[in-house]
Amino acid sequence: MNPHTRRILSMIAAYGVLMLFAFIALYPLSQIITISLRPSDKLLSTSLAFIPEGASLKNYEKLLFETPYLRWLFNSLMVSVVVTFTGVALASTAGYAISRFKFRGRKAYMEGLLVTQMFPATMLLLPMYIMLINLKLINSYLGCIIIYSATALPFCIWQMKGYYDTIPVALEEAARIDGCTPWQTFYQVILPLAAPALVITALFSFMTAWNEYIVAAQVLQDVEMFTMPVGLKMFQGQMQTQWGLYAAGALLVSVPVVVLFLALSRYLISGLTLGSVKG
Amino acid sequence: MFNLSEKARYNWFLVFLMGPATVLVLAVVAYPFFYNVFLSLSNANIYHIKDWRLIGLQQYLSVFREPLFWEILLKTVIWTAVNVIFHVGIGVFLAVVLNQKFIKLKPIWRVILIIPWALPQYIVALTWRGMFNYEYGAINLLLKYFGLSQTGVTWLTSPFEAFLAVIITNIWLGFPFMMVVALGGLQSIPAELYEAADVDGASAWRKFWAVTAPLLKPVMLPAITLGTVWTFNNINVVWLVSNSGEPNDQTHILVSYVYKAAFNMYRFGWAAAFSMVIFMILFTFNRLVLRKAQSNEVY
Repeated sequence: MNPHTRRILSMIAAYGVLMLFAFIALYPLSQIITISLRPSDKLLSTSLAFIPEGASLKNYEKLLFETPYLRWLFNSLMVSVVVTFTGVALASTAGYAISRFKFRGRKAYMEGLLVTQMFPATMLLLPMYIMLINLKLINSYLGCIIIYSATALPFCIWQMKGYYDTIPVALEEAARIDGCTPWQTFYQVILPLAAPALVITALFSFMTAWNEYIVAAQVLQDVEMFTMPVGLKMFQGQMQTQWGLYAAGALLVSVPVVVLFLALSRYLISGLTLGSVKG
Repeated sequence: MFNLSEKARYNWFLVFLMGPATVLVLAVVAYPFFYNVFLSLSNANIYHIKDWRLIGLQQYLSVFREPLFWEILLKTVIWTAVNVIFHVGIGVFLAVVLNQKFIKLKPIWRVILIIPWALPQYIVALTWRGMFNYEYGAINLLLKYFGLSQTGVTWLTSPFEAFLAVIITNIWLGFPFMMVVALGGLQSIPAELYEAADVDGASAWRKFWAVTAPLLKPVMLPAITLGTVWTFNNINVVWLVSNSGEPNDQTHILVSYVYKAAFNMYRFGWAAAFSMVIFMILFTFNRLVLRKAQSNEVY
């Protein structure tokens, strides 16, 4: 086989692989779109067409005006935004301290954070649940917010610490000589340089809260209080699944996060690898 | 404030930076952890939610005596191994393909392939559950369309097929993360190494194992460590795809089983002991296997 044919063959193989996996990656998303467009009498259909017969936006209309969907959206947004701010503020400061200050117990602190990643969900949820019952705090957003912030935090601190490690210490020494206080040095010199890591931390915290089902399903008990995951799960009810409503809701809630995620995926690559290599 | 020594200022600044995060983690992670230790030694359940008392190691004994525990432990190990192997295998493979010089429109391919990671996990799980439906699900319809199956597969109602369905869903979810990490690692491999290999006439296969794999290893190992722990504890996918363990509690991994014991059967003390056992398994595994593999590479 001459080199030219070889080259062509490997190109065909490579594009073939990419197309196969692109299809696999996109197919479930296309399913959500198709089902959301189906009219209510054709929800159970064996057709494989992308645009269903008699496509309509009825499901969306029903979702927005006849279900508490917008309320769940608001609940989820509120919880996620608070968790994001908490995560960024706490991880950016703690990560900086661990990266720059050589205090005693620093290594143990980092390892302790890693150990928390091994806790099974129930190990924290069960005691929290019993505590919330005893404190009569069940069915409140605060419970969710605190649990999400704390569970996202260890990973975020590792992430930030790894990124700070790549910023030269000489920059801080220069800032100190110019008369900056430690806080100014951190806030005005180092923090702006860590922007890519901050973006990852924010994204990770947001997604943790936005996508969480298991905790919310136990802590939130009124339909009005539900976050989006618990709400959408409700459409897959005990008796019968409301596929049209579910798919319409799933699509509306996915599109913004997918766009956000893909727009930031540029940072994702540098942020994640730097964080993990220098850990 | 103005008379503070340099040393004291330094310490206060450190407390200011570290304090809030530490307090939160201690309150929400460490405190429940010790609470859980007490619970695991108690008789707490729905009848004894406030007036529980310590009864020693009975709950632990009961966990180990449960035949289902060993069966589910085995399933969890299979679940973790299969998932991580496929995540890393597919992820690295796609990263290498995507990294070839002749591929056009790289950013677009990358974005499409990241979509499974970008979609909310619970939506992925609930959607795949619909796709696995025997009669109307897309998987069976596609299998029949391409003539791979005459009657369709009973994905959600047979124990083995249901477990396979959960694994397929999670493999789909997890490969983009490994791909992204591998892509980052590939960027840091100097092109001269490949040129040198070309001069020596090395095949693509040989180049992968002699150049790419060893240089990717330090980047992949932390991701694999984290991936193993996350997969072992991944309750979301199992719980939502199998609709809390259907059929007949045959599709559980440890963490979903204990979730059911705690919140559907209210065996609090027993579930707390069970959680401790899961944690100890992961902790020991991490100490013994992964740390050893990691120590000479990363630090």
